[in-house]
Amino acid sequence: MSANAKLKRRRQAIYGWLMLSPAAVLLTLFAFYPSVATLWSSLFSRGTRRNPSEFVGFENYSYLFEDPTFWTVVKNNLLYAGVTIPVSIFIALAMALWANGKIRARSFVRTAYFTPTVLPMIAAANLWLFFYTPGLGVFDQIGSLFGLPSVNWLGQPETALWAIIIVTIWKESGFFMIFYLAALQTIPEDLKEAADIEGASRWTYTRRIVLPLLMPTTLFIAVNAMINSVKLIDHLFILTKGGPSDASKLILYYIWELAFAFFDSPSAAALTILVIAVLGIVAAIQFLYLDRRTHYQ
Amino acid sequence: MKGLTKFLDSFGAILLAIIWVAPLLFAFWAATHSTSDAVNLKLFSPWTFDNFRVAWAGAPWLQYFVNTFLLVTVILVGQFILTTLAGFAFAQMDFPGKDFVFILVLMQLFILPEVLIVENYAMVSRLGLFDSILGVGMPYMASAFGIFLMRQSFKSVPIELHEAARIEGCGLLGILWRVYVPLAKPTYIAYGLVSVSTHWNNFLWPLIVTNSPDTRPLTVGLSIFGAPENGVDISIISAATMMSIAPLLIAFLIFQRQFVQAFLRAGIK
Repeated sequence: MSANAKLKRRRQAIYGWLMLSPAAVLLTLFAFYPSVATLWSSLFSRGTRRNPSEFVGFENYSYLFEDPTFWTVVKNNLLYAGVTIPVSIFIALAMALWANGKIRARSFVRTAYFTPTVLPMIAAANLWLFFYTPGLGVFDQIGSLFGLPSVNWLGQPETALWAIIIVTIWKESGFFMIFYLAALQTIPEDLKEAADIEGASRWTYTRRIVLPLLMPTTLFIAVNAMINSVKLIDHLFILTKGGPSDASKLILYYIWELAFAFFDSPSAAALTILVIAVLGIVAAIQFLYLDRRTHYQ
Repeated sequence: MKGLTKFLDSFGAILLAIIWVAPLLFAFWAATHSTSDAVNLKLFSPWTFDNFRVAWAGAPWLQYFVNTFLLVTVILVGQFILTTLAGFAFAQMDFPGKDFVFILVLMQLFILPEVLIVENYAMVSRLGLFDSILGVGMPYMASAFGIFLMRQSFKSVPIELHEAARIEGCGLLGILWRVYVPLAKPTYIAYGLVSVSTHWNNFLWPLIVTNSPDTRPLTVGLSIFGAPENGVDISIISAATMMSIAPLLIAFLIFQRQFVQAFLRAGIK
């Protein structure tokens, strides 16, 4: 009996590992090994023909901290995250409350909100180019009706990053809306009836009942929005290329530029490690801290 | 009073909806009118399809479409096979080291593939897959997200069905194929829709790994076509943009409900 059970266990182990192995091999090749290799290569100098690459410890990191572009890029990305995360969550919530309510043309409204989600960021950037182009763009055309001067939205440091931020908000809000919409549909009708009987205003009902019940969804969306604030950079390639003078450059774009335009892969590796570390820390804090403050049914 | 709030709600919702589709409508309008009419916003100018003709002739679009189609297919097939096997192993098999490996897989959820572009590029070159569709697709096949999704889905299959199939003489792979896979069909559809629309739209990684029109997907082709160095005007860029988003957009408008359900299912589980 015990010999039989042992045999069965061993068979399970072999089958289990066999089924896992294709995925394990690819994950090792394209996730685990590259992470370790990035950490490793961030500790070595950039090899040239005369000076082969050698171990330099944390020198690449201290170069990075002395690089003014690094600080510009970090500041830009913090602003990018600080604006896009709350604004798109707020718009997504408004969209969901409307799309869930009894309004006219509801299916058109829902489709309109969600459509940007299925477009490639590159295409979205092309669409917005038509709005931003100085002189010819829609914004300038509308402005000129009111006698406003032409504005080069993408070409001046004060507005370039904001132009990028607007496209991101436009792209992701509708995606976040559907999670709120699904959550709203699970809120029981009798809560609304009870609130009506108690004479609570719509605002009170939303603030005291709906928003707390949506808290887990908000957490989920916030984590996603945070990841997006690192990830969504494709439109930079079309709209600004990070310019003018780095005013709209974001971290991932800078990593790409360091590695594939300046061929400085040690700096790119160091920056990558910093991004991974920050993402990890933020994820941990969010789960440990916010988890306790959210309401679960 | 109640009527007024109701009216304001509808008004606000529809206004926001119009703002939200405006970029798409403007681009469509620009694509179907001559450049000078489009930039002067002449609303009643004649329609034309010249922009589409010029745009189509300006780049190997058919090849780009084929490449994107092949790319999403290769990724989807790879993902289905790998995540099914791994998801099943995590859900229903018992073997030493399982929990440890599962935590490693979950960690990959936080390491975005986008961030590892430098080393992944080195790896793809080392494997001799630079500038190939397989090279673009490979890093996404063993998706931690997909493995997690499949595991959840397989875990909800009643063990009685598994036992019954075994008594009928089904082998392990037979049970997986005949019992688990059919029952997980909604998960496959959801995951498939999310995967196809993600990779149809992906840009940064294909930009790095492709280097010729024979492998370039639509997004990369579109970005090269619209580059300011090429001096293409706004109507023609709009036409090219419309062309490249048309298949996915039309599919979305037809299967809207399924798309939304898919994103929900994939996100919430």
